[in-house]
Amino acid sequence: MIAQRLALSLLILWAVSVVIFIGTEILPGDVAQNILGQSATPEALENLRTEMGLNDPALSRYLSWAGGIIQGDLGTALTNGRDIAESMTSRLINTLFLAAFAAVMSVPLAIFLGLLAVRYRDRWPDKLISATTLASISLPEFFIGYVLILIFAVNIPLFPSVASVYDGMGFFARLNAMALPAMALTLVVLAHMMRMTRAAILNVMESAYIETAELKGLSSFKIIYRHALPNAIAPIVNVVMLNLAYLIVGVVVIEVIFVYPGLGQYLVDHVSKRDIPVVQACGLIFAAIFIGLNLVADITALLTNPRLRHPK
Amino acid sequence: MKTSIPLNALIGMIITATIVIMAVFAPLLAPYSMTEIVGDVWEPMSSEHWLGTDTLGRDLLSRLMYGARVTLGIAALATILSFSMGTMLGLSAAAFGGWIDQTLSRLVDLLMAIPTLILALVILSVLAPSVLTLVVVMGVLDSTRVFRLVRSVGVDIAVMDFVEAARLRGEGRLWVIFREILPNALSPLVAELGLRFIFMVLFLSALSFLGLGIQPPAADWGGMVKENKDGIAFGIPAALIPAGAIAVLAISINMIADWVLNLTSSLKGGKDV
Amino acid sequence: MSDETLLKIRDLEIAVEGTSPLLKIVKGVSFDLEKGKVMGLIGESGAGKSTIGMSAMGYGRGKLHTSAGQVILNGRDIAQAKRGVLNQLRGKEVCYVAQSAAASFNPAHKLIDQVIEATLEHGLMSAHEARTRAVELFTALGLPSPETIGDRYPHQVSGGQLQRVMTAMALCPKPDLIVFDEPTTALDVTTQIEVLAAIKHAIKITNVAALYITHDLAVVAQISDEIMVLRHGEMVEKGTTDQIINDPQQDYTKALLSVRSAQHEEKPATEKPVLDISNVTAGYGKIDILKSINMSLDPGHTLAIVGESGSGKSTLARVVTGLLPPRIGNVVFENTPLPPKQTQRSREQLREIQMIYQMADVAMNPRQTVGQIIGRPLTFYFGLRGAKRQARIEELLHAIELPVDFADRYPAELSGGQKQRVCIARALAAKPKVIICDEVTSALDPLVAEGILKLLADLQEREGVAYLFITHDLATVKAIADSIAVMHQGNLVRYGPKRQVLNPPFDAYTDKLLTSIPEMRIGWLDDVMAEHST
Repeated sequence: MIAQRLALSLLILWAVSVVIFIGTEILPGDVAQNILGQSATPEALENLRTEMGLNDPALSRYLSWAGGIIQGDLGTALTNGRDIAESMTSRLINTLFLAAFAAVMSVPLAIFLGLLAVRYRDRWPDKLISATTLASISLPEFFIGYVLILIFAVNIPLFPSVASVYDGMGFFARLNAMALPAMALTLVVLAHMMRMTRAAILNVMESAYIETAELKGLSSFKIIYRHALPNAIAPIVNVVMLNLAYLIVGVVVIEVIFVYPGLGQYLVDHVSKRDIPVVQACGLIFAAIFIGLNLVADITALLTNPRLRHPK
Repeated sequence: MKTSIPLNALIGMIITATIVIMAVFAPLLAPYSMTEIVGDVWEPMSSEHWLGTDTLGRDLLSRLMYGARVTLGIAALATILSFSMGTMLGLSAAAFGGWIDQTLSRLVDLLMAIPTLILALVILSVLAPSVLTLVVVMGVLDSTRVFRLVRSVGVDIAVMDFVEAARLRGEGRLWVIFREILPNALSPLVAELGLRFIFMVLFLSALSFLGLGIQPPAADWGGMVKENKDGIAFGIPAALIPAGAIAVLAISINMIADWVLNLTSSLKGGKDV
Repeated sequence: MSDETLLKIRDLEIAVEGTSPLLKIVKGVSFDLEKGKVMGLIGESGAGKSTIGMSAMGYGRGKLHTSAGQVILNGRDIAQAKRGVLNQLRGKEVCYVAQSAAASFNPAHKLIDQVIEATLEHGLMSAHEARTRAVELFTALGLPSPETIGDRYPHQVSGGQLQRVMTAMALCPKPDLIVFDEPTTALDVTTQIEVLAAIKHAIKITNVAALYITHDLAVVAQISDEIMVLRHGEMVEKGTTDQIINDPQQDYTKALLSVRSAQHEEKPATEKPVLDISNVTAGYGKIDILKSINMSLDPGHTLAIVGESGSGKSTLARVVTGLLPPRIGNVVFENTPLPPKQTQRSREQLREIQMIYQMADVAMNPRQTVGQIIGRPLTFYFGLRGAKRQARIEELLHAIELPVDFADRYPAELSGGQKQRVCIARALAAKPKVIICDEVTSALDPLVAEGILKLLADLQEREGVAYLFITHDLATVKAIADSIAVMHQGNLVRYGPKRQVLNPPFDAYTDKLLTSIPEMRIGWLDDVMAEHST
């Protein structure tokens, strides 16, 4: 069962690589022209195309690209000729670190607030939480980001507005530099995650077996701990994974706002420069993370389902 | 069925209507032109410039009004594209089933395995950003979500006995889709229409903010945030005005959509206590 | 009040919180229950019987709460008691058995842990003692492998067994009172009798008192010492089981008692059948749900297809309508074989066979008015429009005994019985020769169901339409069938004219099925169980 999911994810990842390749290579638009600009001579264009292998058939270009990736070779950037895998590694680590920082803050908070909303369902804490989530779901990332800068970097200068991190930086200095982007990311996903956690728990709380537990004279705490939680784990993990996936995407805009040297900014820079190999590589990495998180959610659901753990 | 509009939805409607009117009648309402430099850089709010001026000294209110045209217009076009594609394909998948459903569903699964913004960035690295490109890219990518919703609502309805009864009567597929299934799927779809529109506004703004959407000197709200963002570090909140406008619009439409979603009457009819 | 009184309910009123004027579900009900006695609460849906049962545990579902009156359990009033007080007695003095044990067990825990949970929670026994008692109870309730069944998870055990495990769970802490809330309603009839006997035996040996809630008077007559008949939240009549069954005072009680007694005079066979199901084998994928089925329906007659869940009776309906083409065999309508697939049939062929569903709620498009629902077949098959169509709609509404102005109503504005009538009218509108009735009365209260059966019989008399009547309920069969087909696990086990099918000699399955139908007679269950054991 789990092996099946794993195989399916690999299949999807392969299909995604095809989509990304098709999206960048077959759509109209001339890469060589983009690089050299409108004034380029036909010879120069032709030379570049040959050099880049653009005149080869699409299939063979795909195979050499995909074959390289499997061996860890993401190609070289058109703009500066550097090895992509090399320049990407530190940025990927930065991005994952930022995402992890935000996740560590947002996941427990979201689950706690979600539980709180369920506990005080239809009373003021729940209503307040609902109203805030409705509002914050609608806020664009840059609104959150710039408001945070205005408050915590300009008016009360607690944190730097530009999140510059570099190799050899101390752990706490790094955390301090990343405080604002991590806070912004947390706010971006918090509302969604809270809302979905609340719905997932309520769904379990409305089951008949919760009534059974109540009619056994169990306390609220024991009902939640013993009867609701084991059945709510899978949906909550699902919620968390979905939102982490969402967080990975939110990272792109947040990194640009805070000039954070991560994968998102790297991608955006090279999209404007039309550096196709870099875009392809970044797109594939983002998609792989996204697919991986969904895979974890699927597997957790399988592992916690009693029907699958204890077959007839 | 009583339909008294709750306060939230009413406020949402009023604000949304105001923004739409502002956009439509921008040439009549705007105090200055969109591109003319009428003052100093980043002037604060004043009686001459209600919202102040921007990074080049242009009137912010005027640019906000003209920007609304671009933002709302492109978002609306993309929503229409995404919705008509998603609804048509989703209903077909639900009503026909079989290989049509399988093919479409797998294709959508695949597209949704890539985060929308990332895929859009990948495509925009090849295609030059024009209004048409933006509308098509946003519309097509987003239609996957509409497809999923319509298909799942449609499948839920398609297995109900009244649809089977229509099939057994010998009704054609068009009757089944448009007379039996669609009327019952309408209210979740209307709510979704609002949510998709917000998503488009946010999506377009993000692209423009990243410099990959609307290109200057034309302005949409996301682009205006980008133009004015450098002021933030100096405590000049000009960038927050277009950003706030996006937020206000999104909240308003969310409040309307919330109400429409609650209107959804149950298919199961009355049930006694 | 004697010392023997366990539960004393006085002027109980239960209402929906936050409604104005207060919507009352229970309106002033009083009764006493003595230790070790069983009180049956009986009524149709909306009678408030479950709500009263839950109040004995101080529990109100959703927004229900006790607005007036007293619920005195073991000498103290719990009607307005706080959660902390209630937690002391729930699962200790009073326990609960739900209609759907499958939903009431937590899927994540083993059965045994759930069975002994309340006992341990209240510190009544050690874990070892509780387990021993649970195994004793499993044995007493006739569960297979009582030593190990507790180690299974809920989804690994059948519905009838789960219901017995839930009874064991209620008995485990040695409570004074158990509330049984329709514990056998969701079960097949042959399973119901086993569970019923197990519950009765367990009540007897443990000497626990019980409130037994059901809509089925014949069931409650087997188990209770006293019966209270409820309707619309009020008491209709109360008495010993003997008084209620053999000497009812109120018309409503009499009507409930006579529900199952309706009989139908069998029509003589005709020469040519209108519908002939010939050697049909059908199923999904490689699994055959139906195996070589042969039966035929005479014009203007009713053929009842009887079977429990999994018998294949509904699959047969799908074959006849063409939704499931058979793998072998065919369906012949008036000497012409019908194309196997519904989409290949002509409009005329489709018109001749109409269908009425079990759940009238979902059988009508909620966005269409009654007039549109009945009118569509008129336009579709006969091209009727305007005034002619309107006139015919009114005629049909008249035929189903509904007022003409119902044409403008939406399905949500109708009662369950009215909805089913509209579905009948929609089928009739096509002027078919055959109507398939798929469990059309199963979701309805007995008195409403009786009205529908009577209407169907009248319409058959008038219009000469034949019914293929699918049901799990043999009492319904007696009231309407001319011939009967008994199905079991995809096979046709018995088929013929009603008189022949319902009279001996029986095959083993039909015998079991027939003896499992509860009879409106005290001591029926004991007689059957005595017979089974010999």
